[in-house]
Amino acid sequence: MGQILIFSENDNTGFELVGKGLEIGSATGAAVAAAVFGTDVADRANEYLNRGVKKVYIPGAGKEALETFDAAAYAEALAQITAKAEATLVMMGCTRRGKELAGRLAEKLGAGCVNDVNGVRLEDGRIVYSRYALGGMTVCSQTVVAPVAVVSVMPATFEQAPKVMPGGDCVAVDFSIKPVRVRLVERQAKTTESVDIAEAKTLVCVGMGLGGVEKVALAEELAKALGGEVGGSKPVITDQKWLPEARMIGLSGKKCKPQLTVCLGVSGQVQFMVGIREAKTIVAVNTDENATIFQYADYGIVGDLNEVAPKLAALLK
Amino acid sequence: MNSIVCVKQTVDLQQIRIRKETREPIMENVPLTIGDIDKNAVEAAVRLKESGGGKVTLVSAGSEDLEETIKEGLAMGADEAVLVVDRKLDGAESFVVATVLAKAIAKVGEYGLILLGEGSADNYSGQVGPRLAELLDLPLVAFARSIEVAGGKLKAVRNMDDCLEAVECDLPAVVTVLSEINEARIPAVTQILKAGRKPKEVLAPADLGADLAALDQKVQTLANIAPLQERKQIMFKEDADTAVAKLLSALQADGAVGRY
Repeated sequence: MGQILIFSENDNTGFELVGKGLEIGSATGAAVAAAVFGTDVADRANEYLNRGVKKVYIPGAGKEALETFDAAAYAEALAQITAKAEATLVMMGCTRRGKELAGRLAEKLGAGCVNDVNGVRLEDGRIVYSRYALGGMTVCSQTVVAPVAVVSVMPATFEQAPKVMPGGDCVAVDFSIKPVRVRLVERQAKTTESVDIAEAKTLVCVGMGLGGVEKVALAEELAKALGGEVGGSKPVITDQKWLPEARMIGLSGKKCKPQLTVCLGVSGQVQFMVGIREAKTIVAVNTDENATIFQYADYGIVGDLNEVAPKLAALLK
Repeated sequence: MNSIVCVKQTVDLQQIRIRKETREPIMENVPLTIGDIDKNAVEAAVRLKESGGGKVTLVSAGSEDLEETIKEGLAMGADEAVLVVDRKLDGAESFVVATVLAKAIAKVGEYGLILLGEGSADNYSGQVGPRLAELLDLPLVAFARSIEVAGGKLKAVRNMDDCLEAVECDLPAVVTVLSEINEARIPAVTQILKAGRKPKEVLAPADLGADLAALDQKVQTLANIAPLQERKQIMFKEDADTAVAKLLSALQADGAVGRY
């Protein structure tokens, strides 16, 4: 196979892809290159070289067009670098930006594209990518049969490549990129909490069955007694806004691997369950004996969470 | 301003069961529907029409059931549909769908916006929007949570991983919407009845000069199975006090919580 090219606008995700890229490279003989756009390019390129990347492509003439992220401009630049590097696999981070970029780049290159990748393995000489399908109900294994593959990998899927003795070099590429057509008027940073529920050892998850924002305190009380964090399903967060976005669990939220998850008023839709599938123990509290969640639970209590949650919290204290 | 909404016919995810022995999804006889996020895209287009005029055209590629599936979108307020029907389009990969949609859109006539969901309900791969923007050489605003059109420009707010971005661009443009952009209306029965009489143009890929056989496969699916789920499924149906006490001792026995 040809070379492997790594790109992510988020360097930490980029280093994770370098880790996996080097592993594939050592099995297939492919060299790993990276592209770095934006600001502080030289310093950031060095960070990639420090992690075993053999060649880092940075913008030379025309770099102004790549200072802030624009998917169309970045796709144009990456298409040129892919050709120059003779890359047959482009790996990026599956952030929202990365996902838009992956589709665009694949179309430009006539490449096959797999997004939302959460596993990469070599099998019979092929690279096999896994991702969730059917709303998270199934895991789909796919391989790219087109000459070039563009894949985007979920952040935090792989370990970052460790630092090694650098032995590569930096190459400046000149671009003439078409003017940006989507103009940025204002950027407003999200007020993100410092909490990362993906790291929590214990989680209390709430669903629409919780009943109202005033009941969130019940979940918080229980989480406190368990020494854990509170998370919620997509409807609870995007529609009802009972909890901040950083606490969303499921297909379009966080994938968590806690030791213990207690689900309060969660129906058990597959798009949610995919976020706690790897929990060691799942407890469900729901008034509906036939709720789907009980099929996915180790322990179920058929009952009113208003009664059950405080009692459990009290016993734990 | 006229809008085009690209919608995808998908299986109703809530109706899929898993075959125990093979862990494969049972796809036979599962009802077909328009994906939820696609409905948000239709809703967004219909609201733009209600406030600013123009018409809404649905464009879709899929199997022969498409004429029936699309009715819900027409009932929501879209005016017409252009459907590309071929058995091979059922579950076709993103680049094939994008190629066919681009050719169908070329037949629609003048438009200001092309709207899509940010990802389909079944696969959620999110490739068709970006691929379409490349194919049609149009600006793309992805992950929009609000949109407005004024003075020949699109103003939108997109929700990125770490920030909200207010952006603007000239028309025509492609927009992919997030589910949070609106709450899609549920059409009344009278609307559903009327939807059957709205104009539908049903085309074969060949009518658009698209040769599906000539579009090389790019991605091959090797397996699609449900992951192993081994849960104890122990239920406590007693009164709350007893149930909670039993739960706690079970969790302590498992080492899932400390002893108190």
